[in-house]
Amino acid sequence: MSSRIKTELVEINMGPQHPSTHGVLRLEITLDGEVVVDAKPDVGYLHRGIEKLAEMRTYIQFIPITDRLDYLSSMLQNAVYVGAIEKLGQIEVPERAEFIRVIMMELQRIASHLIFYGSMGLDLGATTPFLYGMREREDILDLFEMTCGARLTYNYFRPGGVSHDLPDGFIEKARAYVKKQRERLREYDDLLTNNEIFILRTRGIGIISAEDAINYSMSGPSLRGSGVAYDVRKADPYSVYDRFDWSIATFDGCDSLSRYLVRMQEIRESLNIIEQALDMLPPGRLEYKTPQRLKLPEGEVYHHIESSRGDLGVYLISDGSDKPYRLKWRSPSFINLGALAKMVRGWKVADLVAILGSLDIVLGEVDR
Amino acid sequence: MEITDRPIDRVFDYVEAIPGGAVLTTTVDKVLEWGRESSLWYFAFGLACCAIEVLMAAGAARFDLDRFGMMFRATPRQSDLMIVAGTVTKKMAPRVKRLYEQMSEPKFVISTGSCANAGGPFADSYAVLKGVDRIIPVDVYVPGCPPRPEALIYAVQKLKEKMRERVEEKHSR
Repeated sequence: MSSRIKTELVEINMGPQHPSTHGVLRLEITLDGEVVVDAKPDVGYLHRGIEKLAEMRTYIQFIPITDRLDYLSSMLQNAVYVGAIEKLGQIEVPERAEFIRVIMMELQRIASHLIFYGSMGLDLGATTPFLYGMREREDILDLFEMTCGARLTYNYFRPGGVSHDLPDGFIEKARAYVKKQRERLREYDDLLTNNEIFILRTRGIGIISAEDAINYSMSGPSLRGSGVAYDVRKADPYSVYDRFDWSIATFDGCDSLSRYLVRMQEIRESLNIIEQALDMLPPGRLEYKTPQRLKLPEGEVYHHIESSRGDLGVYLISDGSDKPYRLKWRSPSFINLGALAKMVRGWKVADLVAILGSLDIVLGEVDR
Repeated sequence: MEITDRPIDRVFDYVEAIPGGAVLTTTVDKVLEWGRESSLWYFAFGLACCAIEVLMAAGAARFDLDRFGMMFRATPRQSDLMIVAGTVTKKMAPRVKRLYEQMSEPKFVISTGSCANAGGPFADSYAVLKGVDRIIPVDVYVPGCPPRPEALIYAVQKLKEKMRERVEEKHSR
């Protein structure tokens, strides 16, 4: 009985149209029976040439395009691009604007993690978490909509400020939301986090050690799921993040479950930050007008922030005109995706979907 | 949309030739169309940002496409309606066309968002197709970047009107 049935390797395509690839990712999977031998991501199905488009638009004109990179966390994409401009142009930001930005960025992080919560459930065959996650996300979108008028693509950050001050009633509504979300998180835990099937499908699966994760240059919740407490908000503080009391969420299981738990914990931490920012928000009205023409001095700059997917960076070269000479995005999704092959080797096809889901990639950002 | 070569249509044409049979024919066809429009299963073809707004948000609790009898399908072979949501790049275009061809007749297409309509904010990019109607026929266009979920619901109502008109037209010939 010791002789194993001889099998032949089979190559199959997953995607670019597949409900579990979170967009238009194509995976070339080599299978031995049901076991994944290798998986090669084939990217570029959503390549829109955004870095090239930046060279054809002025600094202000390019802000709406950044929304469409990582469309699940548009505010954070705005933030990194505008941050780079401010760093190079040495533009001062009023304190009230900084606090408004932090509130928006953290709300966006939660909105993105809620989508993750839903899609992680969908990937494993549970439909209800998706409906729960989207329900609370609508509350966040309401807050965004009353502030800047858009549900998904906000175009909110401006060099030196934000496009609109907080509207009347925002603070009360935001506080009510924070309270509601805390209660709803317990519901999420009952539904998915403590679900035995969910735990069986994710615990100990898709393992990547802390050392490997660092070597693959992973970042964000996917790195913190391997027990590495690296967060740009603490490691290289920007905006006013050094004034809040919060901690980095880490779990050291190195598996899909840990990466999931990190994001759930991050929602709680973000709620803490929002609450503190609402308390510390300087009173008064924000006097800000978008500059019609913005010229940056010659030079280059690198700015990075912690997006909901990881260490998001922008490298900007200016030749002194009103358009970027070159703009490069360091997108965390793309870099995290590089470690996928390492994580899926030896697991079943069904686990591959769960592992890919736990990386939480967005194709807009991967392909750019 | 040409549908006259289906066997069932030929049968109806034959029935129509018999005196008094016309009423029956019209009714059955209308009933079929009524059934079809009341359970439009859509092929969620999320390509980019619009997928979040018109497929995920529209399908979730607040907007709830299910109440229109619309169910999300992940395969073209089980769907009546293809919702192209997002930027169609030149690399993706052949796949879009192939997936459209895999759908069974009668099939309808809603193009959502500026990108799928005409290239949108990426119209001057080297990698983007300037409108999905260059490769597949589109029934309803939804403007917006991205359109709100309500806009998609309105587009679906428009498509249903169009489907009804299609039947009326066939019988007025």
